[in-house]
Amino acid sequence: MTTFQSPHLGYDLIWPLLVVLGAACVGIVVEAFVPRAWRYVTQVLLTLATLAVAFGGTVYVATGLDERGHGAARGSVVAEGAVAVDGPAVFAWGLLLVVAFLGVLLFAERHLDGGVSAFSGQAAALPGTAAERRVGERGLEHTEVYPLLLFAVGGMLLFAAANDLLTLFVALEVLSLPLYLLTGLARRRRLLSQEAAMKYFLLGAFSSGFLLYGIALVYGYAGTVRFGGIADAIANTSGERGLLLAGIGLLSVGLLFKVGAVPFQAWTPDVYQGAPTPVTAFMAAGTKVAAFVAMLRLYSVAFGGERWTWLPMLWAIALLTMVVGAVMAVAQTDVKRMLAYSSIAHTGFVLTGILGTGATLGEDQVGSTQAVLFYLVTYGLMTLGAFAVLTLVRDAAGESGELRGWAGLAKTSPVVAAVFSLFLLSLAGLPFTAGFTGKWMVFASAMGGGAWPVVVAAVLTSAMAAFFYIRVIVLMYFSEPASDAPAVVIPSVLTSVTIAVTAIATVVLGVVPGPVLDLAAHAGDFIR
Amino acid sequence: MLSLLIALPLVGALAVALFPSRPGDALPKWSALAFSIATLIGGAVVGIANADTGETWAETHTWIAPIGAHWALAVDGLGVTMVLLTVILVPVVIAASWHDADDRNTKGFFALMLVVEALALAVFCAQDVFLFYLVFEATLIPAYFLIGSYGHGPRRTAAAVKFLLYMLAGGLVMLAAVVALYAFSAQTGHASYLIEDLKQVALTTSQERMLFLGFFLAFAIKAPIFPFHTWLPDTTGNATPGTSVLLICVLDKIGTYGMLRFCLELFPGAAHWATPVVVTLALISIVYGALLALGQDDLLVLTGLTSLSHFGFIVLGIFVVNAQGVSGATFYMFNHGLATAVLFLAAGYLIRRTGTARLSQMGGVEKKAPVLAALLLLGGLGTLGLPGLSPFVSEFLVMLGAFEHHWWVGTIAVSGVVLAAAYVLRAYRLAVTGPERPELAGVSEVGTREIAAVAPLVALMILLGFVPQLALSVINPASDHTMSTIEAGAQK
Repeated sequence: MTTFQSPHLGYDLIWPLLVVLGAACVGIVVEAFVPRAWRYVTQVLLTLATLAVAFGGTVYVATGLDERGHGAARGSVVAEGAVAVDGPAVFAWGLLLVVAFLGVLLFAERHLDGGVSAFSGQAAALPGTAAERRVGERGLEHTEVYPLLLFAVGGMLLFAAANDLLTLFVALEVLSLPLYLLTGLARRRRLLSQEAAMKYFLLGAFSSGFLLYGIALVYGYAGTVRFGGIADAIANTSGERGLLLAGIGLLSVGLLFKVGAVPFQAWTPDVYQGAPTPVTAFMAAGTKVAAFVAMLRLYSVAFGGERWTWLPMLWAIALLTMVVGAVMAVAQTDVKRMLAYSSIAHTGFVLTGILGTGATLGEDQVGSTQAVLFYLVTYGLMTLGAFAVLTLVRDAAGESGELRGWAGLAKTSPVVAAVFSLFLLSLAGLPFTAGFTGKWMVFASAMGGGAWPVVVAAVLTSAMAAFFYIRVIVLMYFSEPASDAPAVVIPSVLTSVTIAVTAIATVVLGVVPGPVLDLAAHAGDFIR
Repeated sequence: MLSLLIALPLVGALAVALFPSRPGDALPKWSALAFSIATLIGGAVVGIANADTGETWAETHTWIAPIGAHWALAVDGLGVTMVLLTVILVPVVIAASWHDADDRNTKGFFALMLVVEALALAVFCAQDVFLFYLVFEATLIPAYFLIGSYGHGPRRTAAAVKFLLYMLAGGLVMLAAVVALYAFSAQTGHASYLIEDLKQVALTTSQERMLFLGFFLAFAIKAPIFPFHTWLPDTTGNATPGTSVLLICVLDKIGTYGMLRFCLELFPGAAHWATPVVVTLALISIVYGALLALGQDDLLVLTGLTSLSHFGFIVLGIFVVNAQGVSGATFYMFNHGLATAVLFLAAGYLIRRTGTARLSQMGGVEKKAPVLAALLLLGGLGTLGLPGLSPFVSEFLVMLGAFEHHWWVGTIAVSGVVLAAAYVLRAYRLAVTGPERPELAGVSEVGTREIAAVAPLVALMILLGFVPQLALSVINPASDHTMSTIEAGAQK
């Protein structure tokens, strides 16, 4: 009789992840047992404390990682090969937890909309019915959003560290399902919000299907779902690769959908616009971080040996994504949609950074992974900040995204206009802002990989993209405010902290990026 | 030490911006002036010290190690000329623009001017391509707000956006070259952006040419030369004269400065390769700019267009690639700054009084305001290169260089001088001579402040016109150094 061997999970390395998922479960219990009046405070404090503990844990784990391969990489594969806790993973964890923490502050904001949060009081009450009115009168609010957020964060953490295809798939679902729900919970414009959630869910489900099919094909080729095993299979077998190539293609569809790359970008503007803005902010920053780290890991660890078959595809996709994002953004009249398209263009820039994989590096040159990680830091923070500012500008019907309404904002609210200009300039990539340093890093990485045509195209689309960012600045500074212009609502300390932190980070990462760059460089390579 | 020189106007800008004041208050103006004069003294100290040894002031600190970027500042003869031009012009502009922003956010106007000064000084001192690029792009932001928020023209917003997009497009093309430079420099095993290190990087011919084009395009838009000049008339027609001085006389010099420092010194082979095309473009700029100026009715636009012609001369001087041409171009950059500033500011005084920039609606001011007319004439004569004024010397040197390059290049360039005489005298005749116009009867003479603002420039023009050796003794060693770098590079 064989003795039962209990699986080695490596709790000492993955406990920050488990803390987040555990607290999400506790959050549901809180919903059931804590009196309604206390739920908001309990949930917010629980969530913030969880994220803080998880962040502290991540830092602790990061400092204790084992060195491998003469310091080129750090970390170990745990949970029977399902999770890789390595440098890039803990870097992504730290970033995700910071983004989530700032996101929760936006979730918890109740000053902007007359003492209630941005979320629907009761999602089940149909829009425009008596039930909805009653909910409004009683001042109810959904406090489930906090456990939902924690589940999404847990999924993102796992996604960034997934070391086999099944974990990748499970993590994707864990992060996506709560986001589908959160998207549909807006207090204002509920039909738009629900439609966005529906769209997100359906298209997300399709893309999951593609991903799963891809996993099956790759398993069929390699006989294993471990990234390391797939790499071995690619290295050791020759001849028929049809299954593998089809698998890579289908897997790519699933991942490219999550990051919103062309031609799988169509959901982005609608979902970003329909979701409650705090959710948009969190989703735009968080999902991209998790998905890009997962993508980098999959491509460089599992499919690194097939580089020359998938790199040309990424060249084309990066190019298309930048161009489509920039061109479409020019035509937008809604600030939120414009930011959504700009996030598509930025997806293209991150993809440009990935093109540097496989370049032979000099002594102190930045590698593709470091460039992408750094870009994700800058992008995550400035996007979060930009969307946070967006929540402040409101008229009677809630947030006012209409570009027209932003005219002359610099005269009525100089500070908000200045901060928003800072984020826009950073998104446009002007020097001394985080956006510039980030852009420089990914371009340098792609240049090192010989992708100079893409870099030149990226530079030209940057010029085009500058046009629509600057158009908003022009409106704010050089136009007269309309008589029915929306007003800027003074936020509570919660949103203020988010905006202040992201604004300061945007400047600091532009002027002294050294420390964060070193941190990204210290993250090292992926392990297998 | 040079960091201090750059920090001084920056601190000034902060101070001016943070003072509580209402539009039109005098306090921000006086503090801006005080800071700019302090910077002038600092710049003068650097200039005098540089006359002995250029290296005393150099400083190099590692800044962003993974990128290979340094905070490296130093000035040579070329740099010090531009630094001096900047520190001289800014207090003049501040004094001359005293009332230009009275109806708006006054302190913002003067703070932005000081920011421009700080960034311009940083550009001219930067010894690291990454630092140079950062500051180069950063100058756009204050310039953009100076045009867009404080311009006086009717289409200032559109002009500001056009300016910004042109500059950004050029700058981003340069960014691709800058990033590529990093990639090539990293192949040597140790990535560094220091100009000195980059000179050692071995490039293939095609790499060198691509990089050269990236840099040259950005500088050609900045300078500007034909056919990248179309932002220029819009900008000068809508900005205040003071802003135009900062833009044309200081910031646009980054373009020609960059051509000397980067296009020539880093990519000498490619510069030789591109010479025929660039010289042709420069000649077209000279003649075309002059012709446009000849037919122009708006005095500010006209002044901007004369600069197109003059930037043609400067670029010509740089790309004929001989000692006279390079020294002449450097000196020309300085003199063009002086003469055009006088012309712009005098034109500004005149327009403030007549209430129009249209030459066809001016005239007969000479008798009411003879000093103003004289200022305008002096600026104009400086621009057209009258012997005895300093621009003549530099123009002469550029011509010598052009004739040495090829006789027909020189011949075409000379026609630019003839045309310059035509457009300056035509503008002068239309603006101030002729019978007095009844609607301009209220035009008053220039005030003491306005004369005091321009007087130093006029004095310098005359001094350097008779004793050009003062400036050339600084410039010539630098241009000799440039020439030797180029020759060494071309043989490589």
